[in-house]
Amino acid sequence: MENEKILALQKIATEIRLGIVEAVFNAKSGHPGGALSSADILACLYFSELNVDVNNPKDENRDRFVMSKGHSCPGLYSALALKGYFPATELKSFRHTGALLQGHPDMKAISGVDMSAGSLGQGFSCACGMALAAKLNGKDYRTYALVGDGESQEGQVWEAIMFAAHYKLDNLCLIIDNNGLQIDGRVSDVMNTMPYESKLEAFGWNVITIDGHNIEEILDAFKKAKRVKGKPTAIVAKTVKGKGVSFMEDQASWHGKAPNEEQYNQAMAELTAYKNSLGGNN
Amino acid sequence: MADKIATREAYGNALAELGEINKDIVVLDADLAEATKTCIFKKKFPERFIDCGIAENNMFSVAAGLSTCGKIPFASTFAMFAAGRSFDQVRNSIGYPHLNVKICATHAGISVGEDGATHQCNEDIALMRTIPGMVVINPSDGVEARAAVMAAVEYNGPVYIRFGRLALPIINNNEGYKFEIGKAIKMAEGTDVTIVANGMMVSEALEAKKILAEEGISASVINAHTVKPLDVETIVSDAKKTGAVVVSEEHNIIGGLCSAVAEAIGENYPVPVVRHGVEDVFGKSGPAKELIEYYGLNAKGIVEKAKKAISLKK
Repeated sequence: MENEKILALQKIATEIRLGIVEAVFNAKSGHPGGALSSADILACLYFSELNVDVNNPKDENRDRFVMSKGHSCPGLYSALALKGYFPATELKSFRHTGALLQGHPDMKAISGVDMSAGSLGQGFSCACGMALAAKLNGKDYRTYALVGDGESQEGQVWEAIMFAAHYKLDNLCLIIDNNGLQIDGRVSDVMNTMPYESKLEAFGWNVITIDGHNIEEILDAFKKAKRVKGKPTAIVAKTVKGKGVSFMEDQASWHGKAPNEEQYNQAMAELTAYKNSLGGNN
Repeated sequence: MADKIATREAYGNALAELGEINKDIVVLDADLAEATKTCIFKKKFPERFIDCGIAENNMFSVAAGLSTCGKIPFASTFAMFAAGRSFDQVRNSIGYPHLNVKICATHAGISVGEDGATHQCNEDIALMRTIPGMVVINPSDGVEARAAVMAAVEYNGPVYIRFGRLALPIINNNEGYKFEIGKAIKMAEGTDVTIVANGMMVSEALEAKKILAEEGISASVINAHTVKPLDVETIVSDAKKTGAVVVSEEHNIIGGLCSAVAEAIGENYPVPVVRHGVEDVFGKSGPAKELIEYYGLNAKGIVEKAKKAISLKK
């Protein structure tokens, strides 16, 4: 794979992270940890993988993406803003009264959002419906859903996993943001959901485990998923919660908390320095 | 048409009829197709029937996803599971984005019969009508059940329709019958008391009118098939004429049609409103007809409440 493309996506992922910190800081609330852990995946989706057109956001042939872990929407909003669905200035009024960007994704109001989500476990089932609709309508778009590892404690996620395998939804790609942390602590301590691989395989899925911060591995997994026929593919993305901001990394306490001004300045400085280290134009 | 038909049967027949006309219609069920009567559609259009297994929560969210891609999903299970178990999915996956999903719940109310309290949902109307933008319909017979399904397809947005297990007498098989979402039907004129009813209680209300007439009491009967949006105008204008209202439904007297009418009367033209329904208790096992008597969900029960409403007039 061309290094240039990887570098470009790394820069976009960092831009997404800057947007996440900006949004959550200005909102004085929100969920930075799980948004930061999914930033590289979102960069790969919106700037390489997804067949979407910002000028025709409701195109019936577009690929679909569902942020089932809806609380990580600062990452989605940041990616959508970079893509041009709405002005980046909207990020600064995230969660403000009367503003566009709701605390969890709202498909009715926000251009580019394919599904409202927030009550955990539901978005992934909705994605199954979108993938099934493609089969029924004879369309070849693909549907992607991002599910949190904590979220996968919801029984509905496993209902959907059963459903997708039963209906052979090979046009569906589940990405598990396996950052290992949830509000109350380590997923393995709160209610262990791992290992994913053997569970998903037992349910009839194709499973690919990757480093969810490695652009090349993410893109390669998407490519492999497309080639698998007759069953859905799950990408278990090993990630670090809070990735990219040193003091937030691997800390459950940063699941749903906004940085203060000092922390904000540090986070922005760290991310900007990293972005600059990647070289090229800003 | 038979003299009696369960509204769930009329629902299944309507689906099969609609399937011919509208190719976007898909039907989802959670292993209850034989009971909800979606099996009639399944037999005719197997490629558009999606059995979700006993996993209702996934089913309602899948229906939401399908609707975002142009499908018109009818998702069916028992009322207990549609409105109860999957309230969160119906609210958040379907209601919040105002998606074009038809939630068609069968086996509502006490008339479920022998299965007993766990399956007799007397709370569904209350739950569904609190969801912003949700249309809530409780048809009174097979004719109205079919009409409600047809109207739901024409309406772009979420609709909850309640169907029953028990065969009900046909009362709407007349030429002038017209179903419109949100438009109550004046079944009979009266001057002393207004009876507002829906579902299986409409035919009982018509019986109650006859009994009251024998005692010299003139009752009007309004079929409020749509609980939301409620036809406030028709109900309030009749209440202005009679000065007393009794509301009858096969549902807990808390939160459903009784409450909706009491709210409308209280805000527009306060006169006595007496509630007739399941009086905040769980159901029991037994043959449906016996249970209906046991809980007083009949004409006799309406007559008593109507007299109470009249006695409360100032």
